[in-house]
Amino acid sequence: MSRIQKKFEALKAQGKTALIPYITAGDPNPNATVSLMHLLVSKGADMIELGVPFSDPMADGPVIQKAVERALKHNVSLDDVLEYVRVFREQDEHTPVILMGYLNPIEAEGYEAFSAAAQSVGVDAVLTVDMPPEESMGYLEALQGAGLDRVYLVSPTTPESRLAAVNEKGSGFVYYVSLKGVTGSSELNAGDVAEQVNRLRGRLSLPIGIGFGIRNGEAAFEMAQLGDAVIVGSALVSLIEANAHEDLYEVELALGKKMTEFRAAIDRADAQ
Amino acid sequence: MTVDFSKFPNEHGHFGPYGGIFAPETLMAALEQLNQEYQSLKNDSAFLSELSDDLRDYVGRPTPLYYAQRWSESLGGAKIYLKREDLNHTGAHKVNNTIGQALLAKRLGKTRIIAETGAGQHGVASATVAARLGLECVVYMGADDVVRQAPNVARMKMLGAKVVAVESGTRTLKDALNEAMRDWVTNVDDTFYIIGTVAGPHPYPAMVRDFQAVIGREARQQVLEKEGKLPDALIACVGGGSNAIGLFHEFLPDEGVAIYGVEAAGHGLETGQHAAPLCAGTPGVLHGNRTYLMQDKNGQIIGTHSISAGLDYPGVGPEHAWLKDIGRANYVAIDDEEALQGFRDLTKYEGIIPALETSHAIAYATKLAPTMDKDQVIIVNLSGRGDKDMNTIAQIEGFEF
Repeated sequence: MSRIQKKFEALKAQGKTALIPYITAGDPNPNATVSLMHLLVSKGADMIELGVPFSDPMADGPVIQKAVERALKHNVSLDDVLEYVRVFREQDEHTPVILMGYLNPIEAEGYEAFSAAAQSVGVDAVLTVDMPPEESMGYLEALQGAGLDRVYLVSPTTPESRLAAVNEKGSGFVYYVSLKGVTGSSELNAGDVAEQVNRLRGRLSLPIGIGFGIRNGEAAFEMAQLGDAVIVGSALVSLIEANAHEDLYEVELALGKKMTEFRAAIDRADAQ
Repeated sequence: MTVDFSKFPNEHGHFGPYGGIFAPETLMAALEQLNQEYQSLKNDSAFLSELSDDLRDYVGRPTPLYYAQRWSESLGGAKIYLKREDLNHTGAHKVNNTIGQALLAKRLGKTRIIAETGAGQHGVASATVAARLGLECVVYMGADDVVRQAPNVARMKMLGAKVVAVESGTRTLKDALNEAMRDWVTNVDDTFYIIGTVAGPHPYPAMVRDFQAVIGREARQQVLEKEGKLPDALIACVGGGSNAIGLFHEFLPDEGVAIYGVEAAGHGLETGQHAAPLCAGTPGVLHGNRTYLMQDKNGQIIGTHSISAGLDYPGVGPEHAWLKDIGRANYVAIDDEEALQGFRDLTKYEGIIPALETSHAIAYATKLAPTMDKDQVIIVNLSGRGDKDMNTIAQIEGFEF
């Protein structure tokens, strides 16, 4: 059983919803990432989604675009990201880490080489925004061979016919994109998400994480009632941006406060 | 030749290892819908006749195949013919494609059109068809390109389009494409994305090629009428590669026709400051397809440089990537200085002011023609006119504009 599966089962047994924060690796600088990951865990993260910087993040909104630009100023590479995970694992063996990014850095490394390296440093899953199941030849086998989970996106526009492929080829969980838009959009509608997640429940056996546009405790509270995991990204990354020129302490303070807000809201939803 | 070029791409949009659909999930359904609609319309006689009427009466096709006698004689080699895409309405080949995609948008019931543009020719061609059909139009353009192609920005605004200057990344065509994709992801229900080149996720590379292939179909017939034989060589500039594939495609099965795609060598291939992924790049995935890219060893896309905004792009259409690998087409590069000389030459000898993109093809012809015999024939795709480049030229030549 993978670390992600174990985590979801343990949470399910306690009647809890997972909180999965996203940060871009190397933002605001390469030295910050590992300590920010530990901070996220100490403030209630059940898993961590670590963004791999890519020069052309075409599904991301302005907040994450700028985070990627900050990281790329330091030339943060996929190898660097794996190194952060390795160091993180020296102190944390339990929190699953999901890499989220775009295909080209993985293509440049080679599917097999990347999968082996990711597995060896303690990565648990990979989510590649521009790699749909249809194109996953070789990629899927390499991740599978290394024992890594394959997280796929499902969106409000995903037709029934594609859900079977996601359910069959994906593992760990399914990432439901809660709105039509880029990361950090503000058009989240709980009623629409409820309807869609109900549709997915009948088709997917995997846990469902909900992300995109969850900006505050209120939204997290609503989404926790619908999904198995709540994924928050831009709301945290915008705080890194706001404090990027301060000491890391200021970034940690702001992130910690926001995480506490999300955690409390999700716990409140779980307690109902 | 054993390759049946009409069989490419396959149903998944693959040209050998290139092409495909590497798109965010939110767009997958829209791409599938577009593909189905396009596959059913591309052989539909009513659609094709509407398209051909528009191309004749609105665009002004067929465009002439002009023998550039004085220029050819100055080079002392092959006879050079120019396929005059600069004479199309809006001044470049781009409109061949926007007319076609606009008809599709109408059939799909979309009320809003978006487009990316580099030189602004595709933006103008999109704004033009949007005006004609009464559709809302938003054009994304890199902030640097907004400055260097100002005349086209003014034209788009006159035509009622909203021009969004993209400040992210390298502020050029690739960033405009990213931003257009983000818009499409957000507004996928009512919006049709008119991609201007033979790149992007399937079906765009095949669809844009099919709309541009009219160039080669006409040219083949015209050269047979004028010369009684096929040409010995074809030359076209390659950014994303739509005018090039448009000219080349009809001739792919004709083994005796040598094919040259001309990329932008910018300050020179050896400087790294260029836009020549086929000549000096490696395969990767960007903007929805696998193709040759300008990238570093970590798979990050690197900044490009070309004097021409329309060639200033780190990728290239996947069909070109495949034609390179199988050896059917040759890809070469022309630097900024050579392109400027091509620009001056054609203006001087023929009274035709070419676009700076096109000037790359012109410059390569000045190298190739003298190596050929006087009875041999070259067709150069004169993909666009140079009015839009007057700001750039004025700065370089030091005159007031």
